[in-house]
Amino acid sequence: MAFIQEFGCYLPEHIATNEEIATLAGCTPEWIVNVSGIIERRFARPDETVTDMAVLAAEDCLARAGLAPSDLGLILVSSGSSERRFPGPAAQVARRMGLDSTPAIDVPMASAGSLFAMSLADRLARDFGNILVVAAEKMSTIALSHPVERGISILFGDGAGACLISRDRGIASIEGSALYSDGSFAEDLTLPLEGCLSMNGRSVIMQVTRKLPRVLREVVEANGHSPIEVEVFLLHQANSNVITRVAQSLEVPEDRFYSNIARYGNTSSASMLIAAAEWSRQHGFTPGLRAAFGGFGAGFHWGALLAVGVR
Amino acid sequence: METRSKIVEIIRKVSHKDVTPAPDDSLFDSGLLDSFVLTDMVTEIEKAFSIKVPDSDLNPRKWDTIERIESYLEGRL
Repeated sequence: MAFIQEFGCYLPEHIATNEEIATLAGCTPEWIVNVSGIIERRFARPDETVTDMAVLAAEDCLARAGLAPSDLGLILVSSGSSERRFPGPAAQVARRMGLDSTPAIDVPMASAGSLFAMSLADRLARDFGNILVVAAEKMSTIALSHPVERGISILFGDGAGACLISRDRGIASIEGSALYSDGSFAEDLTLPLEGCLSMNGRSVIMQVTRKLPRVLREVVEANGHSPIEVEVFLLHQANSNVITRVAQSLEVPEDRFYSNIARYGNTSSASMLIAAAEWSRQHGFTPGLRAAFGGFGAGFHWGALLAVGVR
Repeated sequence: METRSKIVEIIRKVSHKDVTPAPDDSLFDSGLLDSFVLTDMVTEIEKAFSIKVPDSDLNPRKWDTIERIESYLEGRL
């Protein structure tokens, strides 16, 4: 068992409103809110990269934890939108933090990538000590690539989140996690090397509304609790309607599901850690407080993780 | 109650529309189902027919018309 020490995040300054997106997508601002719950999202500058955003989230996390980059034993960087096939952003993130020998691993997984990286970090902390999980996404370039598809262009935003996981101490203990992948639906959510993001929304919704509550329940119950005993759910911020359905399925009041999708849109794998960072600053762990993390995305990959506050 | 009548009743319940779609009408194209209402419909079908639909059968094409739903249920009942 490892510990969550701290969270961090970075959001670009530019706010892209529904009015701005509606013009590009050929719809109304009201329609965007109705189908997604999104009011605005952040867009990175044209010259701002996935690595740039990842470094800023990582630095925010380490500053809050009071640690230096040299205290890290491993860095895991999740992104489904990095700018090139290889190398991924992980090594550059480490280098930009002044590290030239610390292992840095890319997790090239959209949406569920940060959840997978947190779960792996929990299991690897015994060997590597302090592990920095970073998730950074520049989805705006993808969402607004031509031809602009209405159902996709409205959803996404840019940003980065980070989580420091340590072997011996922290604000919450990681009690357990579960990870799953099923390639049967791989074609239902894809971003080819050349071309546009393609999504079979009906299939995604059918699968996520079954799989996500199921794995959340599995992880919570495996640790001797029921979903109603979980004080906060920190999920991948895909769509406010999905969060509503997950809450209904688990029979948990929706106000226990932290949501910032109205302000940031879907920032893919970064979204869960951005939500966690914001929640941590507004509320945060207290002794015994249970928090369930959950992610679902292209692959399909999905999973959940339970953490309990220790201080 | 026969299978088709039960399906129509469920479609009316989840879509909140008092309609009787033709057996080969697309429930998506007709506007009766969206992604979330589709999920509700499958849940109601599970309850009404006492079956558990596996994730591998959660393919929207299998649930697009009353005929296809009937065909799926024939293989399960």
